Amino acid sequence: MRLKWWHIGLLICLAVALLAPLASISPDGLERVAKDKGFIESALEAPYQLIADYLFPGIENEALATILAGIIGTLILFGVVYSMAWLLKRGRRESP
Amino acid sequence: MHIPDGILNITTIATTYAVSAGGVGYGLREARKKLAERHVPLMGIMAAFIFAAQMLNFPIIGGTSGHLIGAALAAILLGPWAAVLIMACVLIAQSLIFQDGGLLALGANVFNMGIIASFAGYYLYRFTTRLMGMSRRGKLFGAFIAAWGSVFLAAIACAIELWVSGVLPIQVALPAMAGWHALIGIGEGLITVAVLSLVIATRKDLLELQKI
Repeated sequence: MRLKWWHIGLLICLAVALLAPLASISPDGLERVAKDKGFIESALEAPYQLIADYLFPGIENEALATILAGIIGTLILFGVVYSMAWLLKRGRRESP
Repeated sequence: MHIPDGILNITTIATTYAVSAGGVGYGLREARKKLAERHVPLMGIMAAFIFAAQMLNFPIIGGTSGHLIGAALAAILLGPWAAVLIMACVLIAQSLIFQDGGLLALGANVFNMGIIASFAGYYLYRFTTRLMGMSRRGKLFGAFIAAWGSVFLAAIACAIELWVSGVLPIQVALPAMAGWHALIGIGEGLITVAVLSLVIATRKDLLELQKI
């Protein structure tokens, strides 16, 4: 298989996911406002948890759990949106 | 800027869900008309990049962080409706799999970071490059303005939702959200410019794709 530009693009995305443990743990803009203005307590927990807080469950090492969550999410998003675009693309007519 | 559940009231939840569902539906129709083979890999890469980059919070002043939204970048390269679809997929996955952003607040999050940010980014880029010209400098400057404006306007939309939900008075919500996101928008601008200059340097043709 010939190397295409997007193979390299996907590797770059996965490399970005590897950097995720370096992310700032400070609250983001909305969380900051929610804390300062006192409505953060109204936030509800999700009714279920899969890979909550971008930490793959059951892994002690937090950096590793974050990287794993990042890689899984990156691959899922690539797969889902690539497939969606492929299904939507012009000139492809579903046969009945 | 992912709104969790428990913040917005039912009217805001219902309204934003309806608008976002309509937007995504219309986006799918536009994509079916215009999306060609060569858009397909870039759509996938854009979604993967936005997901990965959104995990990478960067610090801004005062113990606050921000992260890329990415809608402006997607809209510049692929067009606003394609960007809405990409952002919707990213936000749905973040909510369903990573418990980032509430399930009930998903409509509002798609509205703010998908629809508002994509269209703000797309039209600010078009407007700025029309003034500055389509030189490399014009494009990068346009990308910065588009990215900054997309974050700023998404934050204002979020502030309005907090207000109509009765969480905060508008005179409190607006300056707080706009103030922090005016700073976070600088980070969005710098990342968008960096990625766009990489695209210009390596695969200039990707900028010439028909916009969806």
